[in-house]
Amino acid sequence: MVARKILQELGFETLEAADGQEALDVCKQKMPDGVLLDWNMPVMDGLQYLVELRALPGGDTPIVVFCTTENDIEHIQKAIEAGANEYIMKPFDSEIIQVKFSQVGLL
Amino acid sequence: MKPEDFDLIRKILRERSGLVLGEEKAYLLESRLVPVARKHGLAGLDEIVQKVRTAPAENLLVDITEAMTTNESFFFRDVKPFDLFRDNILKDLIESRAAKKSFRIWCAAASSGQESYSLAILLKEAAAKLAGWRTEIVGTDISKEILARATEGKYSQFEVQRGLAIQLLVKYFTKEGEQWRISQDLRDMVSFREFNLLNDFTPLGKFDVVFCRNVLIYFDQETKKKVLERIALMLPPDGVVFLGGAETVLGITDKFEPVPGQRGIYKLTGK
Repeated sequence: MVARKILQELGFETLEAADGQEALDVCKQKMPDGVLLDWNMPVMDGLQYLVELRALPGGDTPIVVFCTTENDIEHIQKAIEAGANEYIMKPFDSEIIQVKFSQVGLL
Repeated sequence: MKPEDFDLIRKILRERSGLVLGEEKAYLLESRLVPVARKHGLAGLDEIVQKVRTAPAENLLVDITEAMTTNESFFFRDVKPFDLFRDNILKDLIESRAAKKSFRIWCAAASSGQESYSLAILLKEAAAKLAGWRTEIVGTDISKEILARATEGKYSQFEVQRGLAIQLLVKYFTKEGEQWRISQDLRDMVSFREFNLLNDFTPLGKFDVVFCRNVLIYFDQETKKKVLERIALMLPPDGVVFLGGAETVLGITDKFEPVPGQRGIYKLTGK
């Protein structure tokens, strides 16, 4: 995955989850510093994951950056309301990831 | 490109805009001037040079100059200068201009408008403290074409993701097709004007703050000095100028000195 490669080049240790449920399970084990989150996923979508993450003990600490093809204002607003810290609209390049990650303090 | 051809283009750019094109920037000629060639019905770089040498039309020379002086621009470029503006300069202005309730800001190389609109956003975010104030942001650039874009205030999805926090995008932009357009409110706060930094500055009037970032690097020593000293004349005694990260006044003019602890900001020395 392109995003994983970019994150690793930026010096992050990465874990991957195939859908929102898997991601929640991973977070319950140990909260990550940051989450790069797709919207459209099987089983549990990104928005649902975010809502459930924020409700977990310690779930307010990870910085969550959406990264999705959903690029209309309505989706972005929903994400912000659910507690997303930043939002990347696809297509993106490594510079956008880098800039956004430094804006939210992950870099 | 032959050395004598490169020198010819370089001479035109220097005379018309002050831009000093280094050898290391020669690669830009291809990407920037081929579209200009097309526009003028010419096949490519060699034909442009040929035309410039034999029958240089004014509009061709203008287009060449505009194409070579246009730079990519970002919202809140380099972040820090905008933080310093908001936390220090703007705060000082609000105190020191409390009686007349007005100030003017000049973006001397406005390009496609991101710097001017970033400042407009900061003023808008401070609207509670600026109620009843008259503030003006003037953005100038040598390129008429890029200013038309700036005035329109429409940006691609890539452009709005470079430097602009998502909350600000949602708050101040609307989506128009594949583009994002900055709100009328913010567009009204900025006026864009065509202006060549080699010309007389007096028609622009006086400014309290000048952003002249990443422009001087393209000029020779003498032009840098001239530009800075003419900026000094348009500022009140407490006025400041912002320069780019790779730029300085040191060794160029004694009219300005760095503001201690505020990187990239320079104040008048009174000399």
